[in-house]
Amino acid sequence: MSLLDPVWTSLLYLAAAVFFILALRGLSSPRTARRGNLIGAFGALLAVVTVFLSARLENIPWIVGAIAVGTAVAAPVARRVKMTQMPQLVALFNGVGGGAAALVALLELGHNEDPWVRLAIVFTLLVGAVSFAGSGVTFAKLQELMTTRPVVFPGLPVVMAAVLLAAVGTAVAVVLTGSLALAVLLMVLGLVAGALLVLPVGGADVPIVISLLNAFTGLAVAASGVVLGNVLLVVAGTLVGASGTILTRAMAAAMGRSVAGILFGAFKGGSTAGSTAVSERPVRCSSAEDVAVLLGYAQRVIIVPGYGLAVAQGQHTAAELALALESRGIVVDFAIHPVAGRMPGHMNVLLAEANVPYESLKEMGEINPEFRTADVALVVGANDVVNPAAKTSSGSPIYGMPILEVSDARQVIFLKRSMRPGFAGIENELLYEPQTSLLFGDAKDSLAKVLGAVKAL
Amino acid sequence: MDGMSLLTVTVLAVFVGFEVVSKVSSTLHTPLMSGANAIHGIILVGAIIVAGQAADPGILAVALLAVVLATANLVGGFVVTDRMLLMFHGRKEAVRTGAAGTAAGAKEEGK
Repeated sequence: MSLLDPVWTSLLYLAAAVFFILALRGLSSPRTARRGNLIGAFGALLAVVTVFLSARLENIPWIVGAIAVGTAVAAPVARRVKMTQMPQLVALFNGVGGGAAALVALLELGHNEDPWVRLAIVFTLLVGAVSFAGSGVTFAKLQELMTTRPVVFPGLPVVMAAVLLAAVGTAVAVVLTGSLALAVLLMVLGLVAGALLVLPVGGADVPIVISLLNAFTGLAVAASGVVLGNVLLVVAGTLVGASGTILTRAMAAAMGRSVAGILFGAFKGGSTAGSTAVSERPVRCSSAEDVAVLLGYAQRVIIVPGYGLAVAQGQHTAAELALALESRGIVVDFAIHPVAGRMPGHMNVLLAEANVPYESLKEMGEINPEFRTADVALVVGANDVVNPAAKTSSGSPIYGMPILEVSDARQVIFLKRSMRPGFAGIENELLYEPQTSLLFGDAKDSLAKVLGAVKAL
Repeated sequence: MDGMSLLTVTVLAVFVGFEVVSKVSSTLHTPLMSGANAIHGIILVGAIIVAGQAADPGILAVALLAVVLATANLVGGFVVTDRMLLMFHGRKEAVRTGAAGTAAGAKEEGK
């Protein structure tokens, strides 16, 4: 059936594209973010209705069934996922989008003789497959189905180069011959390349890779729009590709890394490799009771939440501790590093979920001058974001990354699982300073013990 | 649509994409990434077109797989972004009470 003429179809697609632009703009500001997302969803709905009304489609019951299956699988998962596991879900959704783009391109190969269109097809196949496999590995890393440490083996750069060369060769052959078998081979090479691309990336850098793969999927979707001659896909895919690139760079800048450094650092055996060496130098260990006394008789406490807090799901206990301290008349703030948690902005989401009021969440620029007036800085499961090496040692992989100036506080307490260095694999000199004390253990357990001791004061 | 018009549209879209997100605060990086992620789920439109033209059962099967994957990307992406943003929404008036904190904590553990 074809209820809409081509002019109306084009106008409705144009409207959907405008909704996507408005959605991205809305998402860029806290006040309009939620509305922006709903505008985007409305644009998508409009586009899907339009395609049903305009294109001559067979198999409609099957298609509707497939949409129902996809919705039935994704919506409940998206609704129920714990906020701490949200980054890997985003990675997963991104991967399946890339996979869908690659499959669409594969099926279009049979109908296209034009070499330019075939070029767009091989681009979609390759980039979509890279995004699918890369996101899959990212998901496995974040879900801790595999190690979060960089996976490197000797000869990895050679293998990667060989795979990429083979992929380019196969892509040229597909453009020339239109062979379906070669196109499938190209997809397989893309899958291998995607996995090899992400395996050497360390846990802390994974969010940046998600953002990068997100941009990749956008580009694959744009190319599939060229294949199908569908302007909406071109515009939406290009928008995501472009904004994703900017976002990736912004994230990398917030962490003081370069995107190339993250992707190729491990290939060179460099920065992201990290070490698990444990230093023998003495540190001051503390008990939960000691920590409770320090906190309970302070006037100003700044809590620095980090990755460890997110992993231990300790955000609710941290919020309760802040409340207990406030009921003793202590001023408590949370200092949020731009990349605290597993993704930039992730910690804000986690603490907002735990009902920590917005005014207590202070961004880095705002809170840094206030550490000087703080009696206690309580660092919960964070390490690299407070490591002075970022300012002092120019050879350090995190050199140049802005940090929270916790060393300005009169007392610094670290709640840590162990003396193992953070994801960047660098020792933190702050741990050995005289004003620092450490409480070892799972962040949530430690917080619960401290909370109990504060209440008993 | 001819190649030149497509190229024009693409180049303009690149600049719009750069512009709309150029001044985003780091707090919103995650929801923005997630929202952009949902938007590229619009590949669903492409998957529907391909599935609607499929004559051969094998091709239809692959196309329907693409439809399922694209739908998961599109629907899941918007739903998870909305949930994320719901956390931000109204947090100004959110009253932090011990009871609410404990209840939320218990709920989290119960899952």
